[in-house]
Amino acid sequence: MAGSDPTPQATSAPDAVKILIAGGFGVGKTTMVGSVSEIVPLRTEEPLTTASLGVDDLDGIPEKQATTVALDFGRISIGQDLVLYLFGTPGQQRFWFMWNDLAIGALGAVVLVDVRRPESSFAAIDFFERRGIPFVIGVNGFHGEHPYEPDDIREALALPEHMPVLLFDARERTSCRDVLIALLDQLIAASAR
Amino acid sequence: MNGGDEAGRLVRPFTLTGGRTRPARGDFTLITMVTAVDPQPAGGTRPQPEHARILKLCAKPIVVAELATGLDLPVSVVTIMLCDLLEAGRISVRQPSMISRTPDLDLLKKVRDGLGRL
Repeated sequence: MAGSDPTPQATSAPDAVKILIAGGFGVGKTTMVGSVSEIVPLRTEEPLTTASLGVDDLDGIPEKQATTVALDFGRISIGQDLVLYLFGTPGQQRFWFMWNDLAIGALGAVVLVDVRRPESSFAAIDFFERRGIPFVIGVNGFHGEHPYEPDDIREALALPEHMPVLLFDARERTSCRDVLIALLDQLIAASAR
Repeated sequence: MNGGDEAGRLVRPFTLTGGRTRPARGDFTLITMVTAVDPQPAGGTRPQPEHARILKLCAKPIVVAELATGLDLPVSVVTIMLCDLLEAGRISVRQPSMISRTPDLDLLKKVRDGLGRL
């Protein structure tokens, strides 16, 4: 019976999936989101006061510093009924309480690494490893240059042999796309196993 | 006195929620797709201006994160107002697939092929 579905809109709405773009502060997350997104990256700001109840007690700080956490995200439409969202995770460690929420329902993640300061991405690698969230490493070359080989980087980051390490340029759309495809290939291989 | 302005900018949105800082139910994630029910249910109280703005923005399906950006409000404020609208039967929601719990090979292949066409 045609009229039996009370919410036809809900079923005709497209499905949404997300991938997280993580890594240290200033490693190129927003640049990457902007390069592949079909829209100018959007930003939402969350007041830290509500999002971090019980985490940061602003009352105890003499100069009450009201803070927001900015989330940048972009969109890629995959046909009519599927939309992929890319969320850049907040870089600073103190905003990590948001990562758990962000990680729920994510297909996987790309951890961006800047070879000049790889240690800034250690925490992100740890986070995804511990939670069993699949990820690939995207090495964002400064000015597009790559002085190290993937094997060197894998070793420096103490990553397992099977971990994909992609040398790429966050400013280039096709380069970013290839990193995302590498993540999907990894996910498909894992789920077919 | 930038500090005071900054605090006002952060606190003011919550006047739209009657001071509530948490949603009544956990139906909304950043990528939950929201659509205004068409036609809107007859009767009931007229939606408040901010609720009406949301309904206008979700005339076509839109995710919570994009709604928040469109309204220039924090996601936490928007989800509280969305709960009100859901309870009033004014919107329908579509939850994202919980892919990390149950890998969906077809969905993954669809995303992979879509990226390949970019």
